[in-house]
Amino acid sequence: MKIKLLPITVTFLFLIFFLVFFLGLKNPNIYKPNINEKKEIPFFTAKLFNSTTSINSNEIFVGKNFYLLNIWSSWCVPCRYEHEFLIKLNKEENLKIVGLNYKDNVKNAKNYLEELSNPYDISISDKSGLIAIEWGAYGVPETFLIHEKKILKKIIGPITSDLMKEIKELINL
Amino acid sequence: MASLIGFYSLVLGVIISFIITFFSVKNFKEPIVFDKKIIHFSFLQFFLVLISFLGLIVSFVNSDFSNETVFNNSHTTKPLFYKITGTWGNHEGSLLLWLLVLTLFAVLFIIKSNKQPTRYRILTLLFQQLIILGFFIFVLKTSSPFNYIYPVPNEGLGLNPILQDPALAIHPPILYLGYVGSSIIFSSTLAAVVLNYISKEWASHIKDWVIISWIFLTLGILLGSIWAYYELGWGGFWFWDPVENVSLMPWLALTTLIHCILVLEKRLLLTSWVVILSISTFTLSMCGTFLVRSGILNSVHTFANDPERGLFILIFLFSLIFMSLFVFFFFYRENDKTDYSIFFLSKETSIIVNNWFMMYFLSVVLIGTTYPIFLEVISSEKISVGPPFYNKLIAPFLIPFLFFMAIGPKLKWVKSDLSDKIYLILFLIISLFLSIFIVQNFKIEFLLNTILITFAFYLFFITVRDFVSKKYKNLSQNLAHFGFSLFILSILFNNIFATEVITNLKVGDTFKTEKFNINFESLSQKNKQNYKSIVGKLIIENSKGSIEVMEPELRIYNQPNISTSEADIKTGFLNDKFMTINIVQNQEYFNVRYQIKPFMIWIWFSILLITSGGLISMLKKKYEN
Repeated sequence: MKIKLLPITVTFLFLIFFLVFFLGLKNPNIYKPNINEKKEIPFFTAKLFNSTTSINSNEIFVGKNFYLLNIWSSWCVPCRYEHEFLIKLNKEENLKIVGLNYKDNVKNAKNYLEELSNPYDISISDKSGLIAIEWGAYGVPETFLIHEKKILKKIIGPITSDLMKEIKELINL
Repeated sequence: MASLIGFYSLVLGVIISFIITFFSVKNFKEPIVFDKKIIHFSFLQFFLVLISFLGLIVSFVNSDFSNETVFNNSHTTKPLFYKITGTWGNHEGSLLLWLLVLTLFAVLFIIKSNKQPTRYRILTLLFQQLIILGFFIFVLKTSSPFNYIYPVPNEGLGLNPILQDPALAIHPPILYLGYVGSSIIFSSTLAAVVLNYISKEWASHIKDWVIISWIFLTLGILLGSIWAYYELGWGGFWFWDPVENVSLMPWLALTTLIHCILVLEKRLLLTSWVVILSISTFTLSMCGTFLVRSGILNSVHTFANDPERGLFILIFLFSLIFMSLFVFFFFYRENDKTDYSIFFLSKETSIIVNNWFMMYFLSVVLIGTTYPIFLEVISSEKISVGPPFYNKLIAPFLIPFLFFMAIGPKLKWVKSDLSDKIYLILFLIISLFLSIFIVQNFKIEFLLNTILITFAFYLFFITVRDFVSKKYKNLSQNLAHFGFSLFILSILFNNIFATEVITNLKVGDTFKTEKFNINFESLSQKNKQNYKSIVGKLIIENSKGSIEVMEPELRIYNQPNISTSEADIKTGFLNDKFMTINIVQNQEYFNVRYQIKPFMIWIWFSILLITSGGLISMLKKKYEN
């Protein structure tokens, strides 16, 4: 009996290890800084996408609507992944999506929107990348949820189906 | 094109894996001669993975951004050297490198083991093929380096600049040689257990693999540590970071294994130690891969956080663990014929004592590394275990460890006595006085430091004496232990005598201390191939009037847009002068950090000495044959 006990104990011990590692996998340990929520949005002026007309932030984010500012680029691979979610979010009535085209070639960007369809209500372009800096963006894609000129949520990286659900919940509170 | 060839060679490699398994099983049932087909197919498999690997290198060199891995990790303005080394500077490519070394070692094992029994050779290869197959599936299923993107981007995202460094370029391949070498030890041990072939012959055959893996693992860790020293800009060389720990754990197991194999070879003792250590070395290496690649821990080496990958390695790792447990408990039989009696004053005893110390160090590191994960899962509390934990738990136990390291080799196999060894006590007294003399001049914790330094000196003197008196009889052991005493002494002195100044200066400022003045003379800017370089010129004048010019650099890389701080290090025989600058946000001031670190070069040198101990023991055997 004594001999049988050891294998069972050791196996059991390793099973516990397995379980802990398995559970540990589910909450990946990525450190995300707390973003000051409800921060005022920065003021900026940008050219409308594919045109020479300028528009400023006060003219874009008007009224009681929710806005989603999405920073994207045709060369950005994860942007393709989140595109389907943007299209789904576009169907929400009280949400307007603003696309900020970041450091892009206009021709490529146009092709991109033609190919995957255009989810944006307003498209502006940021050829120099300065507006993205104003917003404190780390890279593309990045998305901000805005209500009454305040940032409710900042998403670094592509929108996933979970994040999409979260956005839907936030705007339908 | 190159990507396409690479991908299909990988797929062919998997098919070959099945063919090898088929022939091996067939051969295992009728083991009259070793089937030549297994050799040929193993060669072919290695060749295919090599082609695949070369295919990836070609894609990197040509900046073929239709390949997702290249797109994510390369950039056209990157220098050629880093385009090539960038191949394994990412998750997918480094796994391909794993696979390459795995198949290479399988081939080498076939060549080197031709004097061994056929069934043992085949079974080892079968276990090895299991690991190879696991990695093939892992690469192809979750981390293919040949994913295609369309439309083809014009430019890649670039390689993390802190990885663009010569030491780090060769660090992964060398470390992998060590990790993967332990896979051969793992497979052959399992095979030997199943066939009840744990013997003196087996020990002397596998010893080479143990020593080779150990040498590469040591060098790999050394390179990583040197890189951290000059690139991360903190002036330290070991941070007890989880990623460093996961390479240290297999190293501790492997070092213990070397000692046990020696006993096994001489006296057919400690067989269970050898079996368990062989299994743990490889599983700890795999565990390291899991902890680093799954994103469960966060560090420089976390290439991508993909839970699917983590899950695969986790299941693979635990399949291997449970398989080994099964093999161990069902097949392992202690050899009845052996004489178990171990006299308390003998080499065997001292090795067993040191084994337990090593196991203790291993447990400390293991607990320190995995405890935060356990805690987070159980109570969702995030903690991090830092250097104080390790220092507190390891430093005191180094004292008896050093003592046994000094005394152990003096003892003879089987039975020995300590008469005629008065010098052992004499050296201890000398070391104690020397240590007190050094420590009393510094405001540090007296007791622990004195005793630690005493025993480090003790080992130092005894090994030096052995060089002279033993006429190089056991040079490899002597050298390794001498290297270790030097290592501990250098680390201790490095901690005790270090000077550090941190201050904010702008151009033209002078910072004064009792011993030296730092004068920030000028700042210059240059544009390099893929980064902008800002070099500060600071003049350090010490009280005796001697002048040292330090030129630390800041690099602002274009793709990705990251700045790194390149320390200016003046390496000297007795100390290193180390300086970094950093931009203080929105100000003309720079944060200047100046350190004088004694015996830095001796830390690296002592590790090389320890490694050369292993190298000599291998070469000596070749020479004697």
